[in-house]
Amino acid sequence: MSNAPLTNETVHRVSFLDKASLHIPILRILQADGTTYENAVLPVIDKTLAEKIFDTCVFTRVLDERMLGAQRQGRISFYMTCTGEEASIVGSTAALDKDDVILAQYREHASLRYRGFSTEQFMNQMFSNEKDLGKGRQMPIHYGCRELNYQTISSPLATQIPQATGVAYGMKLQGKRNVAICYFGEGAASEGDFHAGLNMAAVLKSPVIFFCRNNGYAISTPTEEQFAGNGIASRGVGYGMHTIRVDGNDMLAVLAATQQARAHALEHNAPVLIEAMTYRLGAHSSSDDPSGYRSKDEEAKWQQHDPVKRFKLWMINKGWISEADEAKLFERYREEVLAAVKVAEKLPIPMLDEIIEDVLDKPTPALKKQLKELKEHINKYPKAYPKSAGRL
Amino acid sequence: MAQMNMLHAINEALSIAMKADERMVIFGEDVGHFGGVFRATSGLQEQFGRDRCFNTPLTEQGIAGFANGLASFGMTAVAEIQFADYIFPAFDQIVNESAKFRYRSGNQFDVGGLTFRTPYGGGIAGGHYHSQSPEAYFTQTPGLKVVVPRNPEQAKGLLLASIRDPNPVIFFEPKRLYRASVGEVPAGDYQIELGKAQVVKQGRDITVLAWGAQMEIVEKACERAEKEGISCEIIDLRTLAPWDVDTVAKSVTKTGRLLINHEAPLTGGFAGEIAATIQQECFLSLESPISRVCGLDTPYPLIHEKEYMPDELKTFEAIKASVAF
Repeated sequence: MSNAPLTNETVHRVSFLDKASLHIPILRILQADGTTYENAVLPVIDKTLAEKIFDTCVFTRVLDERMLGAQRQGRISFYMTCTGEEASIVGSTAALDKDDVILAQYREHASLRYRGFSTEQFMNQMFSNEKDLGKGRQMPIHYGCRELNYQTISSPLATQIPQATGVAYGMKLQGKRNVAICYFGEGAASEGDFHAGLNMAAVLKSPVIFFCRNNGYAISTPTEEQFAGNGIASRGVGYGMHTIRVDGNDMLAVLAATQQARAHALEHNAPVLIEAMTYRLGAHSSSDDPSGYRSKDEEAKWQQHDPVKRFKLWMINKGWISEADEAKLFERYREEVLAAVKVAEKLPIPMLDEIIEDVLDKPTPALKKQLKELKEHINKYPKAYPKSAGRL
Repeated sequence: MAQMNMLHAINEALSIAMKADERMVIFGEDVGHFGGVFRATSGLQEQFGRDRCFNTPLTEQGIAGFANGLASFGMTAVAEIQFADYIFPAFDQIVNESAKFRYRSGNQFDVGGLTFRTPYGGGIAGGHYHSQSPEAYFTQTPGLKVVVPRNPEQAKGLLLASIRDPNPVIFFEPKRLYRASVGEVPAGDYQIELGKAQVVKQGRDITVLAWGAQMEIVEKACERAEKEGISCEIIDLRTLAPWDVDTVAKSVTKTGRLLINHEAPLTGGFAGEIAATIQQECFLSLESPISRVCGLDTPYPLIHEKEYMPDELKTFEAIKASVAF
């Protein structure tokens, strides 16, 4: 029993392994011109699915462009874009069942959109208004939706990784034919929780897909300062799980890999690691300026690999969409997002009583007392608390 | 009723809870077939299967993260951290995740089915890392409940209540008492309500408050004081978060004096919170400064363990000083 997973080959001279000894190819299906590689095995996809994927990508582009602008105007406090990583996110989500649980880092709102999160719901969260499902408690882009099986985002990096292992173990015990998918960046993979979560998933046989967005940077830190090994994929093999590296800007490659990862996870009650190689085209967040750590040339080079454009060319080749259709879709979403901003920013913030709800299942007497004192104070100085005064 | 030690009572509580709840899972380091390094989970894997009682890899942050995930998916997760001294790698998962799960999601997701069990406290020659009492690190975190039993009967009833409470609970087990504390334990399934202190003994002159393994220390100190004509009211706080301000305030209003005893270091210890609250609630009733008899502000020492501990004699002297003030 002990040491069973170890191989028994012996040598009699010192011979070290290095990272080159682990050969990790990158899966590519779609070429830059929208044609597929010869001999490429395509994912399961039809026109309806392709349209939904493309629609989600366009919406996400528009949302990112408009909301970054809204942040610059001071209308929301913070924003993060998904730009350049849409194929990684939408392609993987499109391979899932709606009851598969998504645990995300923060750059995966395209996934939530794919599941059906409405434009209004996005706005309500970002503007922390009274209709926000999260009751205005977290920073913008920390979405969550029970109905759509999308667990609420939290800022601490990688904490969702061992949690995904737990969710998937629970699914297995409940006899569900579902998986959990866990998204994280290559920077987060340096956290201890990455190690804990992947090792536990392999040992405890949890049907979970670990999806790493390797986009080249963790804020200003390039990958060569993040790890010295063969990316993130090499580690999956070390933990004893099925692992694949894909071109994260190739919608069809991501979709194919995730479809098969899901099937494997369910069939074997085992985790799978997908490392999607992509590039964070935008700044890390609205609080970041990438010109301090990377060149315009580098960014321009990656613009050539735009994942949405590549997928669009494929759809055009299939005769499923035209350039004019795309332009119309962009226009429609620009109008829709602008209109939703105007509505969401006028809605009031949640009632002050919400400040003590949900800490525990019921507020404690001590907490009720604190709220009472706070209300008395606000009533004394209403002008100092303009958003909540009058809504006590 | 049956005589049993605290470990037996905990084991019985776990077994009863698992039988009643098919979604309950127990996991941690060495808790599977071996039954735990203290044997608290003995026999549970045989009874409920490997899927429901199992070893994890050796990773506290992993155990806590896994527990959060399980509980968020509607499971009852009972995680063991082998020693409370080793809960710190899981601190981020507990403080930033477990405690805030419900709040941050607007009550869309919660980990209410989660309980952490962990042996805590000194008195066993455990040195720095087998002796700590880290409860105050957690009482400062809104969203958690913190519970400490003092004997087998309390352990069983409080643990059953903790497992079933719709909030994440950290259940600190006084390991010095695992085998040392033997007592009558009611048969079958019963719960002791969380958030309620217990007046263990009525008295007139001073309120003496503690929890967990220190309860027997303060009881002995109070016996000494009684012989000198000092009538002590003894309270077991049982739940530290949220704690029972009313029961303590009512007692101090009657006695006019308060002594709080805990093993953890004085500075930043939970006694400070109790003292500050009670001086506010009972200012006009207090006849002497609130006294704190606690561990020293040092790491938990090995050879000077006896000197470090807030023992019976230190407590006795502090009772006399308070009454003589």
